[in-house]
Amino acid sequence: MKHLNIQQKRPKIAVFDFTGCEGCQLQLANNEGTLGAFLEAIEIVNFREASSANGDDYEVALIDGAVSRPDEIERLKAIRGRAKMLVAMGSCACFGGVNRLKNAYDLDEANREVYGDNPKETMPTVAVGEIVPVDLEVPGCPVTKEEIERVVQHLAWDLPLPSYAYPVCLECKQRYTVCRFDVGELCLGPITRAGCNAPCPAGGLGCWGCRGPAEIPNYEEFFALVKERGFSEQEVKDRLGFFGGFEDVL
Amino acid sequence: MTVSKKNKKKINLKVDVHHLARVEGHGNIKVRVTNGKLTEAHWDIVETPRFFEVMLKGKHYTTAGILTARICGICSIGHCLASVRATENAFGITIPESAAKLRLLAKHGETLQSHLLHLFFLAAPDFLGLPDAFPLQRLKPEVFALAARLKGLANRICDVVAGRTTHPVSIQVGGMARMPEKHLLLELKSQLERAIDDLDATVELFGTFEIPDFVRETEFVSLKGERDYPFIGGRLLSSDGAERPECEYREMTNEYVTENNTSKWCKLSRESFAVGALARLNNNYHRLHPKARVAAVQFDLAPLCHNPLMNNVAQLIECIHVVYDSIRIIDELVDAVPSAGRVPRSTAWATETMAEVKPRAGQGVGAVEVPRGILYHDYEYDDRGRIVRANCVIPTTQNNANINFDLKAMVAQFAVAGMTDERLELLCSMLVRSYDPCISCSVH
Repeated sequence: MKHLNIQQKRPKIAVFDFTGCEGCQLQLANNEGTLGAFLEAIEIVNFREASSANGDDYEVALIDGAVSRPDEIERLKAIRGRAKMLVAMGSCACFGGVNRLKNAYDLDEANREVYGDNPKETMPTVAVGEIVPVDLEVPGCPVTKEEIERVVQHLAWDLPLPSYAYPVCLECKQRYTVCRFDVGELCLGPITRAGCNAPCPAGGLGCWGCRGPAEIPNYEEFFALVKERGFSEQEVKDRLGFFGGFEDVL
Repeated sequence: MTVSKKNKKKINLKVDVHHLARVEGHGNIKVRVTNGKLTEAHWDIVETPRFFEVMLKGKHYTTAGILTARICGICSIGHCLASVRATENAFGITIPESAAKLRLLAKHGETLQSHLLHLFFLAAPDFLGLPDAFPLQRLKPEVFALAARLKGLANRICDVVAGRTTHPVSIQVGGMARMPEKHLLLELKSQLERAIDDLDATVELFGTFEIPDFVRETEFVSLKGERDYPFIGGRLLSSDGAERPECEYREMTNEYVTENNTSKWCKLSRESFAVGALARLNNNYHRLHPKARVAAVQFDLAPLCHNPLMNNVAQLIECIHVVYDSIRIIDELVDAVPSAGRVPRSTAWATETMAEVKPRAGQGVGAVEVPRGILYHDYEYDDRGRIVRANCVIPTTQNNANINFDLKAMVAQFAVAGMTDERLELLCSMLVRSYDPCISCSVH
């Protein structure tokens, strides 16, 4: 198909789910206004949550979820072997996401508490990139459909991928959102990668850092700010550890 | 169990579905009929466990709703609502009336979004003989446009009221973080009014689908509607006669662990029971909006309906109910809300939707009717507002045993001369899909 006389590629895409809530895949069916065009631009060869088609001839694999059981490691490696490009989609795939919180507990004890005498197989949660090479990370809990659309535009028409060097703060300013620090709340907006259009502060919740660190986060200023505003070390640590994107500063 | 038909010796059937498609999460179907005898038929959940109940321990009350929303990507609003309700019950908080209305509106948005996703994208392809809903864009563009419009509206309700469709931000302990601007509510209202024609067209479309004729008597559990069709909190009711207060949910669920499943199973008066749209409708038919009841009559859907595949229709009936009820809620909210010019916006409204929150030691349960059935969160807090113990009982967890026993009965009924492996696989898959299982959720 040609669009404005440019030859369009129609990338063959597969979507696979691992440990997570499958909310990121769900975003693929959102943005209903552009859904038709989105589906025209790609060829879906495998997308279990939405389709009975289960082809293996995909070029791009979108991975939703983290890895938390040995069989998932093998499955992921097989997918990596077939895909030309592998995208970690969402905070679980990129950082382990909230699933990583369980790593702080004794897993045998956790198993006993939930399943009693019938323990189920499990292992500490890891991100996709800790098992196989990842070509592109699209973080977010959930990812935004807009960013996935930009990835598809890149694949179909070679348009440049979005790059968000700046933090979420900038997007709050663009939306005229009142700063959460000004209403006395903790917010990771100053150090978190933008690109989400800051829905949480606009909805009355400080940023929880689901997209991980901005390109050159100013941690020094941030830690000085939260100290000055009277937030406890524990509170800040809990927040930074929530989605797994700030492991480096914990 | 045996198959009571002629020539049964010749009937050999085999179904192996690994990771059933068009459902949320990972489940397998296995069926074996040998010489007319049903030797195996089961539904197994193989999803990876995430241990949310363990992760909740030690967490601050402000974190619980944000964390538990992540149990499910489809019904995150429902999880957040059950979570904050459990916490509010533990702390003895009554939320402002405007916040209760906003929460119900957010709940309606989610019910609509989830039901429409299931009806058009997960269930309809079976009735249309398609692998998925995507080819509809070329084959039936008017149906694709209709589905996109309705689903878009549902997401818009969630965005406006809860701050985001998946993983809400405005639903917080004490109420709602903000009142949406009046013009946004009015815009939603006009879109809801226009959606009624689209819903009529959807009723017409689903009226052409042939729902497999299968009946297995079971027990239905849901919230009990006292005045309205129930969604958030209240007494628990079973069609076999059990009735209990919200806090006694354990006696209504009786979770137990099985060998082959990472999801638990539940039972009440029988070996299994069902929750979801059909259970809600069976138990609260007369609380439905009159327009929704008219549609139910068109489908011959009246209590007690024991065909699990009619859950698809029950979801459609609920879509009609929540659209009419959302219009009512917006009317009430808009009447109570001063227009933007007269009152300084953010400051005055925010306080009206939040109650004061003072943590205290104690236990609380929150029951919410989420799209796939009744959901319970139960937390025990220390006096610093940190969780000591948590328990979540998920709708699909409650349905899994019922699906399993339905599957056996369905195979017994349909394993007759002329049945093929392919046809039986489709019927079994349709049966499971009709429950709209949310498997990640059920394992959590």
